[in-house]
Amino acid sequence: MNFELTEEQSMMRAMVRKFAEEDVLPGLEEREEKEEFSRELFDRMGELGLTGIVFPEAYGGVDGDYISYAIAVEELSRVDASVGVTLSAHVSLGSYPIYKFGTHEQKLKYLKPLAEGTALGAFGLTEPDAGSDASGTKTMYTADGDSWVLNGSKIFITNAYYADTYVVFAQSDRSKGHRGISAFIVEKGTPGFTFGPKLKKLGIRSSATYELIFQDCRIPKENLLGEEGQGFKVAMMTLDGGRIGIAAQALGIAQGAYEAAAKYATERVQFGKPIATLQNTQFTLADMATQIEASRLLIYQAGYLDTAGKPFGKHSAMAKLLASETAMWVTTKAVQMFGGYGYTREYPVERMMRDAKITEIYEGTSEIQRVVIGAAILKEFS
Amino acid sequence: MNIVVLVKQVFDSEAKIILKNTTQIDDTGVTQGMNLLDENAVEEALTLKQKFGGEVILVSMNPVKTEKALRDALAMGADRAILITDPVLQNADEFTAAQVLAKAISTLNYDVILSGKASSDYQASQVPARIAEILGIPHVNVVVNIDIQGDKAVVTREVDGGSEIIEVPLPSIITAQQSLNTPRYPTVPNIMKAKKKELKVLSLADLGLTADEVAAKMSILEYSLPPVRKAGRIISGDPAQASAELASLLQSEAKVI
Repeated sequence: MNFELTEEQSMMRAMVRKFAEEDVLPGLEEREEKEEFSRELFDRMGELGLTGIVFPEAYGGVDGDYISYAIAVEELSRVDASVGVTLSAHVSLGSYPIYKFGTHEQKLKYLKPLAEGTALGAFGLTEPDAGSDASGTKTMYTADGDSWVLNGSKIFITNAYYADTYVVFAQSDRSKGHRGISAFIVEKGTPGFTFGPKLKKLGIRSSATYELIFQDCRIPKENLLGEEGQGFKVAMMTLDGGRIGIAAQALGIAQGAYEAAAKYATERVQFGKPIATLQNTQFTLADMATQIEASRLLIYQAGYLDTAGKPFGKHSAMAKLLASETAMWVTTKAVQMFGGYGYTREYPVERMMRDAKITEIYEGTSEIQRVVIGAAILKEFS
Repeated sequence: MNIVVLVKQVFDSEAKIILKNTTQIDDTGVTQGMNLLDENAVEEALTLKQKFGGEVILVSMNPVKTEKALRDALAMGADRAILITDPVLQNADEFTAAQVLAKAISTLNYDVILSGKASSDYQASQVPARIAEILGIPHVNVVVNIDIQGDKAVVTREVDGGSEIIEVPLPSIITAQQSLNTPRYPTVPNIMKAKKKELKVLSLADLGLTADEVAAKMSILEYSLPPVRKAGRIISGDPAQASAELASLLQSEAKVI
């Protein structure tokens, strides 16, 4: 067993850290204030090859591994969780299902530009009545000649409006439940496909979140992703992998808050000495560091299993559960350590605390992660 | 156009320097990487290669067989690397480095040699000039712009209070100032390729040199750390009074006004 990153993984971490600190950080405050998505930063990530880490060279990727991918999301999120989730949603949700279930033609047409970062991807699963329970999908599709016709809407869609390619889930017959769901590739600009207003959020304010609206939206027959009725499987397998990305995002947020807190604690003087000299502060920092390291190991382990082609669903759920709850706990404690200053926008920790919350919610809530882990455990023991 | 870039592996700029004893620096656990100004040299080489074609060859010397700086430069896009490493280089000085590097370069087919204007550790700025002397080629340092025109280069140097434009025939050795360019990030595909690129490791004997020929001319007598900076003084109280006191201290104590 080897806990050392490979030379490539270390180089990648150094590169992404530099990119995050020198190119992502400078505009962060303005993006945050204006709740503004930066397509330019996404384009830069494409140029650096971050969008194609886990995909094969034949489809515009670099044949890398899931630990490298997690490291990229982690390092981006350590500085800006909005940029972190842009990459995570693009890779894990927007691109992965096409890689996993797409035909060779679909991969050439859609995955290649996504992996090369010349196109941005998004994933439309969630609906007002279908959150944790995807079988409640009400967006409908019908076959009509050489097209599929979509009707309905999707909410809370990350990267939406700016994205070029959408993987969208729709139902053929509501009585079929999740067996009636199919996945489709929909291009931005398709007639009948529009967006609702931008969603204003508690955190990750500069990540784009929109509603997708389909009104008699006609897409070509060849844009069915996987087989008809296979949509639920496409969604669940995609989410298994997506959890590694969100876990890495949570880890990055926690790491950023921990570093800010540790630095502040050594500088902030109260009662005549830095607060870091107080045992209470040291205990908090110790707990932060311990939780963060445990999360990191679990995420990298899930990344290793995924790369090795071994079952990783339970581990990615565990990684996401631990990392997101760690992020929420660490950022809350960091704000506390900063005291009144921490509550102001002069310091980054309040933003990190707001950003952390979503990691316990999207791509499967903490409750759903426990359901996934629990089901896996029962399977092992029965 | 074949471009040789001299790359030196140094301590990370944020590394804490700890002395093992008065003549040795402790490098245990210290993060090391490419000398920052060498990154500018690599960047310039890659830009020249994009424009004129050819090959970017890295040359480095280190008493320890360490590939970090060279792999980083390969990940930026350089084609191949040569590392001269030998335990006898442990006490190398600028004379040694120049002898060794010049010998390695003389085996190559090159049009221009680039490097940082200085290394961040010893800052002697001697090695490029010495190499130029050994190879019998011109040397221009602290360069902020390079314009290759056929078999000559028009280069802009930073000089006190302005700049100086110089024309030199090629091959020449040109050293980079930080403002020469902005080094590119190693992209993920280039990081993945870096490990597969050729990194030739040579000993002194491989170059046909003996330890005596390159023995250092200098010996380090003693290292000492800079004195710890004293804490600043805060002058409190009424602003008008405090500023008067500050002005008086600047005059009488700091003697700056």
